Amino acid sequence: MNAIEFILAGMLAAATPFLLAALGEMVVERAGVLNLGVEGMMALGAVIAFIIVYHGGGHVLGFVAAGLASAILSLLFAVIALGFRANQVATGLAIGILGQGLSALFGKTYESLTVTGLPKLAVPGLSEIPVIGGLFVQDAAVWLTLAATLGIWAVFAYTKVGLVIRAIGENPKAAHAIGYPVIAIRVAAVAFGGAMAGFAGAYASVVYTPLWADGMIAGRGWIAIALVVFGTWLTGRIFLGACLFGAVSLMGLAAQATALDVPSQLLSSLPYIVTIVVLGIISADRRLLKLNGVASLGEPFER
Amino acid sequence: MTAPTTAFLPTLVRRERASLLAALIAPPVALAVATALNLALYVLMGRDPVAVVHAMLLEPFLSWASFSEVLLKAGPLLLIAQGLAIGFRAKVFNIGAEGQFILGAIFASSIPVWFPQATGQWIWPLMLLLGAIGGALWASITAFWRVRLNASEILVSLMLSLVATQLLNYLLLGPWKDPAGFNFPQSVMFQYDAMVPMLFAGTRVNVSLILTIVLSLAAWVFMQKSFTGYKLQVGGLAPRAAGYAGFSEGRAIWLSLLIGGFAAGLAGAAEVAGPLGQLQRSISTGYGYAAIIVAYLGGLHPLGIIASAMVMAVLYIGGDNAMVSANLPIAAVRVFQGSLLLAYLVAVAFVRYRLEWPRAAHRSPS
Amino acid sequence: MTAPLLSLRGISKSYGEVRANQGVDLDVAPRSIHAILGENGAGKSTLMKLIYGVEQPDDGTVAWQGEILSLASPAEARRKGIGMVFQHFSLFETLTVVENIQLVVQGRKADLIDRVKALGRDFGLEVDPLADVHALSVGERQRVEIIRCLMTDPKLLILDEPTSVLPPQSVGKLFETLRRLRDGGVSILFISHKLDEIRAICDRATILRAGRVTGNVDPREHDAHDLARMMIGRDMPEPMPALPRSGGEKQLEIVGLDYRPDDPFAVPLSNISLTVRAGEILGIAGISGNGQSELSALISGETRLPREATDRIFMMGQDVGTFGAAARRRLGFAFVPEDRLGRGAVPEMSLVLNSLLTAHPLGLKRHGLVDRAKAAAFTKDCIRQYDVRTPGPEAEAGALSGGNLQKFIVGREIMLAPRLLFVAQPTWGVDIGAASAIRRRLVALRNEGMAILVISEELEELFELCDFIQVLYHGTLSDPLVTRDTRPEEIGRYMIGAHSAAAKALA
Repeated sequence: MNAIEFILAGMLAAATPFLLAALGEMVVERAGVLNLGVEGMMALGAVIAFIIVYHGGGHVLGFVAAGLASAILSLLFAVIALGFRANQVATGLAIGILGQGLSALFGKTYESLTVTGLPKLAVPGLSEIPVIGGLFVQDAAVWLTLAATLGIWAVFAYTKVGLVIRAIGENPKAAHAIGYPVIAIRVAAVAFGGAMAGFAGAYASVVYTPLWADGMIAGRGWIAIALVVFGTWLTGRIFLGACLFGAVSLMGLAAQATALDVPSQLLSSLPYIVTIVVLGIISADRRLLKLNGVASLGEPFER
Repeated sequence: MTAPTTAFLPTLVRRERASLLAALIAPPVALAVATALNLALYVLMGRDPVAVVHAMLLEPFLSWASFSEVLLKAGPLLLIAQGLAIGFRAKVFNIGAEGQFILGAIFASSIPVWFPQATGQWIWPLMLLLGAIGGALWASITAFWRVRLNASEILVSLMLSLVATQLLNYLLLGPWKDPAGFNFPQSVMFQYDAMVPMLFAGTRVNVSLILTIVLSLAAWVFMQKSFTGYKLQVGGLAPRAAGYAGFSEGRAIWLSLLIGGFAAGLAGAAEVAGPLGQLQRSISTGYGYAAIIVAYLGGLHPLGIIASAMVMAVLYIGGDNAMVSANLPIAAVRVFQGSLLLAYLVAVAFVRYRLEWPRAAHRSPS
Repeated sequence: MTAPLLSLRGISKSYGEVRANQGVDLDVAPRSIHAILGENGAGKSTLMKLIYGVEQPDDGTVAWQGEILSLASPAEARRKGIGMVFQHFSLFETLTVVENIQLVVQGRKADLIDRVKALGRDFGLEVDPLADVHALSVGERQRVEIIRCLMTDPKLLILDEPTSVLPPQSVGKLFETLRRLRDGGVSILFISHKLDEIRAICDRATILRAGRVTGNVDPREHDAHDLARMMIGRDMPEPMPALPRSGGEKQLEIVGLDYRPDDPFAVPLSNISLTVRAGEILGIAGISGNGQSELSALISGETRLPREATDRIFMMGQDVGTFGAAARRRLGFAFVPEDRLGRGAVPEMSLVLNSLLTAHPLGLKRHGLVDRAKAAAFTKDCIRQYDVRTPGPEAEAGALSGGNLQKFIVGREIMLAPRLLFVAQPTWGVDIGAASAIRRRLVALRNEGMAILVISEELEELFELCDFIQVLYHGTLSDPLVTRDTRPEEIGRYMIGAHSAAAKALA
C-alpha cells in the first residue's frame, strides 16, 4: 500500500470525529450560539463510551450514552449562556474545562486500556477499484456519519426546520416577533451539538484509536470549531474540510513510515499549523464570511 | 407551533442600573456553590468530605511552609490573569496564555542553556525580560492573524498553545536535552545567577512575587485611571462607539495581546528561573487556562484578581494535598475550576438582572 | 354602532419607572381604518405590542369579538386573526421572499408563490417571490410584510408608522391598498404621528399622550390644529427663522466619490458630490437604506477610503479620505450618529465617561490619565445647558430615555465648538418640545457661522432647517436643491428615483 492509498483508505475514518463535532457545532452556530466547549464535550463522550464498551455494553449503547452525557453537559451551557445570558465565550471555555476534568476523573482507572473497534464494511464492487477502493471500506459508524451529513444538508436545503434555525440565527428579535420560541429552539440546537460532540468523542475512543488516554482528544474539538469557519457554515464545505484534516492527521503517520527526517513534534503540530494557516486565508475574505456568516452569533437574546 | 409553557419559571429582568452589591458578592457566592457541588461529587465518589475539605481548604493555611507554596502558585496565576483581564475587558479573547507562558519559559531558558557558565547578577533580570518578549512575540502572531487576516483570536491563540507544547517537547527531546540527564526530557539545571533571588528564607517564594504585585498595581492604574485603558474598555463594551470616537480597533487588539503575551511570558520565565530551575515538560500545570478563570472570578478587575489568584492557588495546593491525604484524583481540581467559573457566570448575571417570579394571574388587584 | 371587533378596557403597562400605558380604552369597529395618533414616546408602540401578544399588560382586559383574550404570544394573536406590520421590519435578509412567508404560513412552496402573486395583483402589492430580501427596496420589503400578514387571513391588521419608510408618492398607493383591504372586510389599526395622513384615510382616531387616551374622534371632523393640540397638549412651537446668509468657507466638500463596501449587504455609493459651507445647513433627504449609513461612516471617518482614492473628501480644506475618525475630529469636525446606544454612547458607562468619548481633547485628561473632576464638570454643564433629564452625571447612558440621551449627545458634540457639525436623524424618538429645541439650536449655530450637515428621513424637518437639500437614492446623490424654491413633491420624486429616470429619458 503506497502513501496515497493509505491516506485515501484512512481519511474518512480520521475525518469522522472532526465531521461529527463540526456539523453539531454548525447547527449550534446557525442558530446564533457559540459553544466553545466542544473539546470538553468530546472528551466526556469519549470516556463514557469507552467505559461502557470496556465493560461489555457494546458500541451502540456506548455511542448512545456518550451522546446523552455530552448533550447533558451542553444543556448546562444552555442554561447558563442562554438562560442567564452569560458571556458565551467564557461559558464555553468553562464547559470545556469541566468536560475535560470530568473525563479525566471518570477515566482515571481506565488509563491506557484498549477495546476492540468496529469491523469494516466494504461496498461490493466499488471497494475493488484500484487506488480509491479503500474509500469504500469503512466501519458502520463512518457510513452512519456520512448519512447524517447528507441528512443535515437536506434539512438546511429543503425543510422548514432548517429555515427556522437560519432565521433565528440571523435575526432572533424578528423570529420572536413572528412567534418562534427563540430560546427553546436555541437550547435544542445546543443539545444537538452536544450529542454530536459526544458521538465524535465516542468514535475517537472506541472505534478509531481505540483506547482511553487522558487528553486523547488533543485539540480535535477546537479544530472542529475552526472547521465551521472554514466551511463557512455550509455542510458540504465542512465535509471537505473534515476530509482535509483527516488526511493531514494521516500524513504524519505516512511521513513517519517513509522515514523522512522530520521531527515527530512537527508532524504532530501539523493539524494545528494547517488550522492557523487556513483560518487566516478564509477569514481574510471578509465578504465571504459576512455573506455566509450568522449575524447574531454569540449575542445573548433579550426581548 | 406554540410557545412552550414557561409560566412557572421566573424571568430575568434587566435592572435599571448595575448592582454593585451583586458584583461584590458574586465571587464568594460562586465559590461557596462550587465547593458544595464538588463536595457532593466527592461523596458520590466515596471520599470522606471532611478529609477533603481539610486537605483542600484548610491545610494550605496551616503552616507557613504550605502557605508559602500558595504564594508561589499565586504568582504566575496572578500575572497571567492581569494580562488576560485587560484583553477580556477589550473583548479580545486571548485564550492562548498557556502557549505564551511556554514561549516565555523557552526564551528565558536560552541563556542558561546556551551559556551555562555565565555569571553575574544581570542574568536573571535579562531572562525575565527575554521571557516577556518571547510571550509577547508568540501573542503577536495571534494579533497579526486577527488584525490583518480577520481570523478569530480565540482559535488562533489556542492552536498556537498546542504548537508551543510540541515546540517545548522538541527542544527537550532534542537540542536542549541535558546530556548528563539520563535521557530525561529536561534541560540542564540553571546556574546560580540564572535564578531569581529568594524573598523569604526557607521557602521557594522569590522576588518575582514583588514584581507581580507591582505589575498588578500598574494594571489597576492602567485600567481604572488611564485614558488608554478607558479606550480599551469602550472597545470591549461598544465596539461601534469606539469606532465612532476614533479609537483604533487594530491598536486595541495589538495592545491587548501584547500585554497578555508579555505577562504570560514573564510568568513562564519566572517559573523556570524560580521554583523549577530548569526547563521541563511540565513547566505549566494549566496556568494559562486556570488564569482565564482567575481573571473572570476577579471580575476582570485588577484588585479582584489579586484575591481570585489566591483562591485558585489554594485550590492547586489543596488539590495536591487532597490527592495524597484523601486519595482524590488531581483531575478533581480541573472539575472544580470548571464548575467555579460556571457558578461565577451565573452569579454575575445578577449584577445586570434580577429574577422576577411569575404572578398568579395577569390581572392584579388594584 | 356594531359590536367592536377589538375592545380594550383599562390597559396599563409599565417598564420599571416608565408608565408606557395607563388605563387605555380602545374600540376598533369591524371594517374600519382606525388611527392611533400620538407623538414619539406617547405609548403607541407599547399598546400595539400588547394587542399583538408580544408583551402582556400589567392590568386591564382585551376583548376580541366579544370574548376576553389573554394573548401569550404573537403566534396566538395570529391564530385569532390579528396581524402586524412592524416599523422596523421583521424580515430575514438572507432568505428569499417566499422563504420568509413559509416561516409564517403553512403550505407548499409552489402554492405559496402563486398566492403571493395573486395577493399582489388584488391589492397592488407586486413583488418577486423568489428575490432575496436583502436585495429589495424598503418599499418592497413593506409589501412583503403586508403580504405575509394577509396570507394568514387576518381580521385586524396593525401597521406601525407604515408611511415613515415611504416617499410621498408611494403613500397614496399604500392608502389605496388599505382601502381595498377595508372594503374586503379587514379592520386596520394605523399608527402614526402624521396628522394629514390620518385625516386622509382613517375613519376613527384615538389619541394618546404620555400613555393616556386624550381623545377619541372622527379625524375628518377636526382640523390638524385640533388634533395636534390633543396630541401634544399645547400649540405647536414656532420654528426659528433662519437669517439669510451664504458664501462662507467650504468646510466639507465631497467630489465624485465612489465606494464599494466590504459588506455584501451594504449599499455601494457612486459619484457622490456635495459641499457644505460655513453658515449653511445642507440636508440629505431619502428613504433609509439608500446609502445613508455608508455615506455617514465615510464622512465621519469610521470607514476610511483606500490609499489610492485621493482628493475625494475634503474637510476644512484638507484631503481627509484616509483619515480616521479621531484625525477628522482634530480638524474641527463633530458628529451625532443616528444610533445613540452603542455608537454615540456606551450604554453601560456613566454620562461622565461618555463625555470623555469625544470631548477628551477639551482637557479632560492629563498625562495620559483621566481627569475625573474636569470630566464631571463638563458633563454637568452639558446636562444643564441641554436640559438632559437624568438623576445625575453618574447615571448610565443606557438608563436615559432616547430623547434625553439624544440631547446629551447633541450637547456634547456642540460643546466641542466644531467648525463642521454633522447630525444624522437629529430628532428620532425625541418628543416635540425637545425636537424643536434641537432644531432651534442648529439654526442658531448656523447663524453664528457653523457649517452643518443633516441627514433626516423627515422631510418636514429638512424643510424647516436646511438652506439646501440633496436626495440620496440607490447610492447616488441628486444635485442640491434650494429649499425655499422647492416643493416636497419634487423631493419625493427624487426619493423614488423618478427624477433621474425622467432625466435619462430626456437625455
